[in-house]
Amino acid sequence: MAEEIKVTCLHDKHVAQGALMTPFAGFDMPIQYCDITTEHNAVRQNVGVFDVSHMGEVHITGPQAEKFVNYIFTNDIAGAPVGKVFYGMMLYPDGGTVDDLLVYKMGENDMFLVINAANIDKDVAWINEQAQKFDVTVDNQSDHYAQLAIQGPNGEKAMKDVLGIDGSDLTFYTFKLVNYDGEEIIVSRTGYTGEDGFEVYATPAVIVKMWDMLMAAGVQPCGLGCRDTLRFEAGLPLYGDELTAEISPIMATLGMFCKLDKEGGFIGCEACAQQKAEGSAKKLVGLELKDKAIPRHGYEVLDGENVVGYITTGYRGISVDKSLAFALVDRAVGALGNELSIRIRKKVFPATVVKKRFYTPNYKK
Amino acid sequence: MSKIIEGLYYSESHEYVRVDGECGYIGITDFAQHELGNVVYVDMPEVDDEVTAGEEFGAVESVKAASDLVSPVSGTVIEVNEALEDEPGLINKDAFENWIIKVQLSDMSELENLMDAAAYKDMIGE
Repeated sequence: MAEEIKVTCLHDKHVAQGALMTPFAGFDMPIQYCDITTEHNAVRQNVGVFDVSHMGEVHITGPQAEKFVNYIFTNDIAGAPVGKVFYGMMLYPDGGTVDDLLVYKMGENDMFLVINAANIDKDVAWINEQAQKFDVTVDNQSDHYAQLAIQGPNGEKAMKDVLGIDGSDLTFYTFKLVNYDGEEIIVSRTGYTGEDGFEVYATPAVIVKMWDMLMAAGVQPCGLGCRDTLRFEAGLPLYGDELTAEISPIMATLGMFCKLDKEGGFIGCEACAQQKAEGSAKKLVGLELKDKAIPRHGYEVLDGENVVGYITTGYRGISVDKSLAFALVDRAVGALGNELSIRIRKKVFPATVVKKRFYTPNYKK
Repeated sequence: MSKIIEGLYYSESHEYVRVDGECGYIGITDFAQHELGNVVYVDMPEVDDEVTAGEEFGAVESVKAASDLVSPVSGTVIEVNEALEDEPGLINKDAFENWIIKVQLSDMSELENLMDAAAYKDMIGE
């Protein structure tokens, strides 16, 4: 029997608004409300709101919470101030990626992990397995929290004017707890779009109320369609495409989030150090086409006649008017400026290796 | 409600043929363009390429996905709609006006395998 599809607390609202719905990571999610380009541009130029309640939340508490999280997480949270957010990965011992995630330092013994919806069961099992040797409590709170992402240059204004939340004191990758409707909610200056913006974690009741207020104020609802085009242009990876059990962060050129020399190391540290020293066999690169043809996930990348890799994500850029892709290719052909080609159906198109960040993000530092 | 034009031939994969003498203009239906959303690229064959009934000859792409174009008839491409290279969104403006390829038909009897407007209307449930 097929597994029952889950819904977020805003599901009925999406359907009533006429959103195009599709199954994603076990949830019936909105892909678009009007069209991807309009929603994408709203986030780049003004503000848009995403229902990201499908994301998973795991609370890790106890005397060894920080030490434990630092052991399963590639970035270094040791000694960091409360209120800081970190991006990084959990890895298998061979360097392959379990998931990429955010870690919120809520207190000295209190870490809040935000994980991908598709990986909740796998991650929680992995975390519990590793936690046995530590004095920590692992609490999967994914069903307790709903989440909104309010993204765009006018995100701060929308937070203030519509929701009455002052986010002006938050810099990029910091958060605070806010008392809202008698509930303590989490507000962070984070996102997945390459624009300034906020993410809010609260109970479904509060999130539904906030959504209604944002809709009444005319804030553009945005679906997962433009979430993908936005993150892609900004050079951000998606688990399942650019990071997988076979693709390490070193291969994905995300080594800056892997603190190889931190005290005590982390699971997968040695494998990453070796890949970094020797050069991994494969490497994630950006590709730019001169033609308008669009490379899609899985298409072959060629060096002359030889298949040297495949496309992980590709689009006709919306903010950047070019056909662009991320591709996992043999390291030997991955140098910037190198000329490769992409097989798109029956034809082969030339493509140049370029930096993966196609669009320069506008974060509030 | 999608627009459907009388006198055209329709395929199950939502292409149409507008017959003009021994030639056929092939495009996608209004229903198809609506389902697809904003067209951002049309992959077209070249003049003199052969197309075969039931086989792929290109693709229409939205931001999110590529959708194969399946030729409803066989023949030789005698013209491609070059306007779509610069402005693929013309298909969204008027899918029947903005045909994709013009083909010299090699077997007029293939048209009998296609639907008329009434049958296509039934198929898409409108």
